[in-house]
Amino acid sequence: MNMPFYVSPEQLMKDRADYARKGIARGRSVVVLAYDGGIAFATENPSRALHKVSEIYDRIAFAAVGKYNEFENLRVAGVRYADLRGYSYDRADVSARALANAYAQTLGTVFTTESKPLEVELVVAEVGRTPDDDQIYRLSYDGSVADEHGHVVMGGQAEHLSERLSTQWRAGMGLADVVKVAVAVLGTQPDGEDRVLQPGQLEVAVLDRTRPRRAFRRLAAPQVADLLGRDDVPEVDTAAPEGDGPPTEQG
Amino acid sequence: MTPDSHGRLPASFTTPGTSSFLDFLAQHDPSLLPVGRNLPGGDVPGTTHGTTIVALAFDGGIVMAGDRRATAGSMIASRHIEKVFPADEYSAVGIAGTAGLALELVRLFQLELEHYEKIEGTLLSLDGKANRLATMIRGSLGLAMQGLAVIPLFGGYDLERRTGRIFSFDVTGGRYEETEYHAVGSGAVFARGSLKKLWWSGMTAADAVRVAVHALVDASDDDSATGGPDASRQIWPIVATVTEAGYLRVSADTLAEVSAEIEAKRRAADATGGEPR
Repeated sequence: MNMPFYVSPEQLMKDRADYARKGIARGRSVVVLAYDGGIAFATENPSRALHKVSEIYDRIAFAAVGKYNEFENLRVAGVRYADLRGYSYDRADVSARALANAYAQTLGTVFTTESKPLEVELVVAEVGRTPDDDQIYRLSYDGSVADEHGHVVMGGQAEHLSERLSTQWRAGMGLADVVKVAVAVLGTQPDGEDRVLQPGQLEVAVLDRTRPRRAFRRLAAPQVADLLGRDDVPEVDTAAPEGDGPPTEQG
Repeated sequence: MTPDSHGRLPASFTTPGTSSFLDFLAQHDPSLLPVGRNLPGGDVPGTTHGTTIVALAFDGGIVMAGDRRATAGSMIASRHIEKVFPADEYSAVGIAGTAGLALELVRLFQLELEHYEKIEGTLLSLDGKANRLATMIRGSLGLAMQGLAVIPLFGGYDLERRTGRIFSFDVTGGRYEETEYHAVGSGAVFARGSLKKLWWSGMTAADAVRVAVHALVDASDDDSATGGPDASRQIWPIVATVTEAGYLRVSADTLAEVSAEIEAKRRAADATGGEPR
């Protein structure tokens, strides 16, 4: 009979954590920043179809880094969770806190019981009536949750970018300012010259406090160029009008 | 609903495959579905019924209107029920029939479209939305056979063809595209007669709103279950346009004006003959 080698739990968890961290660090960073009118998300992502930032519910959005198939699966689960909860109770009863808990349990269970941890890091954010009511939860591969205030960076070089971000971000900034900060931070490289990212290379979305029901809105490249104050926009294809139509009155 | 014993999201949440909330619900917890339930035989006690919905096409979109009355037998159950809803940004759905089931069906249909949009990142095509609604109606055929029928009217702006389109349905889930106008509910016969005389091709949105309200007034004139504009209580029909700009509800002020105009036109004059009312 084959006896498995004894591996101490500490070693086992450390190996898994290293594995997950390596996977996450390979990806491009996502920056989440609060601004006076809501919460902004930005990442370097040339794809117009494979999103890293998405809508979960009326006031809730999701951002992720790591393995696409794994976080996409979690995103779909989150949409189902929120829609089911809103359908069973009421739209007002869907909260980012409950969703963050469900994600944390899922990530934690996978981390301890399955052979491979999920190589993802998530942010679940909810925009409130006032900036003080905004909630940003950051979830790690092992299921740990952090309640963040103001700004978060996930993914490759998160620590380096986070330092940089904390020196530039202030509470109460406008949308154009936070987008400028986000793009500058995303372009920094720990060793080497900073890159200037073009609007076409970016995926930018906001949870806009002022929108009546569904707060989530994607900003297409021309809008991002406007916010950055750049006129020289290279050829862009306008994104689908997802969640970007006129406000509808609820019956 | 609640995560399973390990606290983890249940497997049905993370099973890939469907973008439909209805399919997900059927798999996860079918007891939450309002449709597809088998009832024992027997008569259902009197329930609330919603009545007349009209829809018509105009140049660049559609208008949909519904009266505000709900009845339970010969009693007026509600004077201000709403029966026309945005299905999503570019479509509207109006319902006639058993109010309890109909309102639930609308809620589920709205969620179905939003769920698809969030998961896929794009809107369903207008035909896709109409087919989805047809499937939901077909699922409640058993209830319809026990007298709990729900008949929707669906219309929207087709972003591909750049035109407004209207779809009608029957209890078997049959889906029929209407090219000019349509009405459903107890006052539909009268409303349709009215629309036949009042509709013309190439109307503007304002014309279409006026014609829709006029058709409802005509229906309320002859059908006891349809309520007309109620100036004393300031209750107006729900009227919405769906155009390239999306679903927009017509304001109460506009409806008050239109209703007054129609009322003035119909007021009995001293002289015999004159303009048709």
